[in-house]
Amino acid sequence: MGNGTNIGRVRGLGSAKSGTHHWMLQRFTAIGNLVLGLWLLFSLVGLPDLMFKTVKAWAAQPISATALVLFAVTTFWHARLGLQVLIEDYVHEHANKFAAMTLLNLASFGGAAFGVFAIVRIALGAAA
Amino acid sequence: MAGASNRPISPHLQIWKWGPGMAVSILHRVTGDGMALVGLAVLLWWLGALAGGEGSYVEFTRHMKEWYGQVVLIGLSWAFFTHMASGLRHFVLDIGAGYELKNNAVWSMVTPLIALALTGATWAYILLR
Repeated sequence: MGNGTNIGRVRGLGSAKSGTHHWMLQRFTAIGNLVLGLWLLFSLVGLPDLMFKTVKAWAAQPISATALVLFAVTTFWHARLGLQVLIEDYVHEHANKFAAMTLLNLASFGGAAFGVFAIVRIALGAAA
Repeated sequence: MAGASNRPISPHLQIWKWGPGMAVSILHRVTGDGMALVGLAVLLWWLGALAGGEGSYVEFTRHMKEWYGQVVLIGLSWAFFTHMASGLRHFVLDIGAGYELKNNAVWSMVTPLIALALTGATWAYILLR
């Protein structure tokens, strides 16, 4: 193990054991997005109309609401992983990268939470 | 890293010769990040409006029927199919297939075309039914 180049400093240390984690999650969530995205598209296109009553009654059904919750989770998760790579590729300064990653995490969890809350309210809420 | 700053680094966009593989890779990133930033915002607006009641839902659909709303929806559907097609291409590449130069170039060109066809078919169905 040398101490000159980047590769020289890490050669011989073995793998970090977590190198494929991000990559695998990107694939798993991609499969979720693929199945649920197509389901959402076909469901909406297949409705007789897109008026409030029709769409709300559809979204409030147990299977629709469950799939919508899963869709909110897999899309925000996948988007968080993808935007992380964008930040890592283009934001090199450490403080800026930390700030961007913090903002991304807040927006991803916040967005997913709001989406899930909205679906629960559609399915169970008494309002409107 | 003393002395490392003037070592050659990986060439960037401006000096690569454009090829199909590079174009489909950039398209994949642009459509993915576009959907992450715009598509998820529209998704939350839609869900929030639906949860809020008829008034907020009608307000949402009114915007989506305007020309700018239609541009966003058609753009998002194109981004969805483009990212889906190139994403499926990535699954094929993940199992180690499709790296032969000619094969790779052909599928790099075919995937965005499939996406355009699916986008066109979807909107033709929606608008003509």
